[in-house]
Amino acid sequence: MITFIVRRLLLGLFTVWLISMLAFAIIQLPPGDFVDSYIANLAAGGAAVSADEANAMRKLYGMGQPIYVQYGKWIVRVVVGDFGESMEWRRPVSEVIGDRIWLTLLLSFAALLVTWGLALPIGIFSAVRQYSVADYIFTLVGFIGIAVPNFLLALIILYAAFRYLGLSVGGLFSAEYALAPWTWDKVKDLSWHLPLPAMILALSGTAQLIRIMRANLLDELRKPYVVTARAKGLSELRTVLKYPVRAALNPFASNIAYLFPYLVSGSIIISIVLGLPTVGPLLVRALIAQDVYLGGAIVLLLGVLTVIGTFISDLVLMWVDPRLRHQMD
Amino acid sequence: MVDPILSIRDLHTEFVANEGIIRAVDGVSFDVFQGRTLGVVGESGCGKSVTARSILGIVEKPGRVTGGQILLRPETGGEAVDLLQLGPKAMRAIRGPEIALVFQEPMASFSQYYTIGNQIMEGIRLHLKLSARAARDRAIELLDMVGVPQPARRVDEYPFQLSGGLRQRVMIAMALACDPRVLIADEPTTALDVTTQAQILDLLRELQQKQGLALILITHDMGVIAEMAHDVAVMYLGRAVETGPVSEIFTAPKHPYTRALLRSIPTVMAKPRTRLPTIEGSIPHPSNRPAGCAYNPRCLELIDDLCRVQEPPETGMAGRRIRCFLHGGRP
Repeated sequence: MITFIVRRLLLGLFTVWLISMLAFAIIQLPPGDFVDSYIANLAAGGAAVSADEANAMRKLYGMGQPIYVQYGKWIVRVVVGDFGESMEWRRPVSEVIGDRIWLTLLLSFAALLVTWGLALPIGIFSAVRQYSVADYIFTLVGFIGIAVPNFLLALIILYAAFRYLGLSVGGLFSAEYALAPWTWDKVKDLSWHLPLPAMILALSGTAQLIRIMRANLLDELRKPYVVTARAKGLSELRTVLKYPVRAALNPFASNIAYLFPYLVSGSIIISIVLGLPTVGPLLVRALIAQDVYLGGAIVLLLGVLTVIGTFISDLVLMWVDPRLRHQMD
Repeated sequence: MVDPILSIRDLHTEFVANEGIIRAVDGVSFDVFQGRTLGVVGESGCGKSVTARSILGIVEKPGRVTGGQILLRPETGGEAVDLLQLGPKAMRAIRGPEIALVFQEPMASFSQYYTIGNQIMEGIRLHLKLSARAARDRAIELLDMVGVPQPARRVDEYPFQLSGGLRQRVMIAMALACDPRVLIADEPTTALDVTTQAQILDLLRELQQKQGLALILITHDMGVIAEMAHDVAVMYLGRAVETGPVSEIFTAPKHPYTRALLRSIPTVMAKPRTRLPTIEGSIPHPSNRPAGCAYNPRCLELIDDLCRVQEPPETGMAGRRIRCFLHGGRP
């Protein structure tokens, strides 16, 4: 089992390395070198860069040297947290991304909790009471949830909240906290703003998950071990929750990893509509503006987080599935 | 004569399907006695398993028991209780401590996510209200009783770590966890190889003698019946067509179906390379049950005008009943 974990860990590191090369390739994609376009960009804004400064930058980024030296210089700085300069923002990339990566993680995690919290019980109910009125209603609502684009729903909720409740739901913070340093009050403010975007973000995932859970559980409910449990005199609730639900949950453990990138890329439009300070909109702008170091850094971060998610999901899967655990011995 | 522990009277179980109502069990009656084995025999699809599930009240939707009585005599004596009249909670108290079931697919009948100890202890803790510690001790004791080697270690293993024969032993241990008085074994050896089959049957017989169990052994194998049963109920298309003590069923079978079943047992005395006699045709689907006697399309001795038109009633005396016009009941 330990060899398995170690192997997975090394494999994860290898994957991260591949992702870093990909991110670097993205940075190298635009024609010309970065310093040239950086200077041109600054010049367009009316600022000038002296020849000394330009040379210092060329040296820092290893321009004119072989590509692997450039990559090496870049990756060494990345490891210590220096992702380069954002051309558009004229600030270090790490500063631009800043809290956004954590807010993205927080929002994704909240959306995940909402998704599971709603989808699993509803899915279980729908399967156990298959073809009941409630099952049909959930199915209908579920399909609407899948069919309606998230951003449209976001707009509707934004409108409704403003029109009828007088709430402003844009962003994750109230205006006075948006740029303020972290305080206890800011955290409280965040916890007020978090649920609605999380719910909007969770909606389509919830609808899909209800269908998956229902289908999984319907399969499991027909298995002989369910009859065994009933024959032991267990109550119906206990029978269903202990045996078939447990089996039907298994696939979800392996899905944790894929949910994160799905939530991030799925949240871009919603984040723009709701004005959420996540990395999604930042990535879009970086791509449009060819802000290479920012774009590369975000791709790299998302990639690394996905690899970490995969590793965690491997561990969870091993924890919940005894067959997997024992295969390894 | 002793009173039976369990009497099934005119049991009906139906499934609602698209093609209409399927009468999977259509008037089955038999008695089960303490310390005796009732062999229920018949081809696939004759309603054996559904009968077993009906007794425990665990027929799966869209099936349901629609009529008859399932009379269980209380341990303390007194009036028999009709299980069909019990509420869900009272019925749950029957499953395990009174009547238990051993299934035919030991792999599929266990959950792969819990240790066998966990699955055995569950019933013990629920019905006998033992502590986790005591339930575990009992589980180990049960595993030892059914011949699982190193029970203290095995109790923490998962079903997929055991061989087929061991799994079936564990299944039996689980069924016996709450000291049931009636044990229903639904084709307990079908999924096992011949040697293991014999071991499991020996185990069942030994446990029955030791504990005075009433055993209902469901099988399609007449050989198993001959070896194990005291009484036999031969089922055909949802009905018991002939019931009686095993000696009489084997030496003087009356129903043409019973006789046909007995003819189709392979024997070592047979000449090599002779064809085994088989029963012509196949069992009809319960949704298009033939008119008259259900066996008439396959019967070699049918009385033309009668068997195709009328249902033979159940005739005979207690312990030896038959549904065939050849043996009475003719109008």
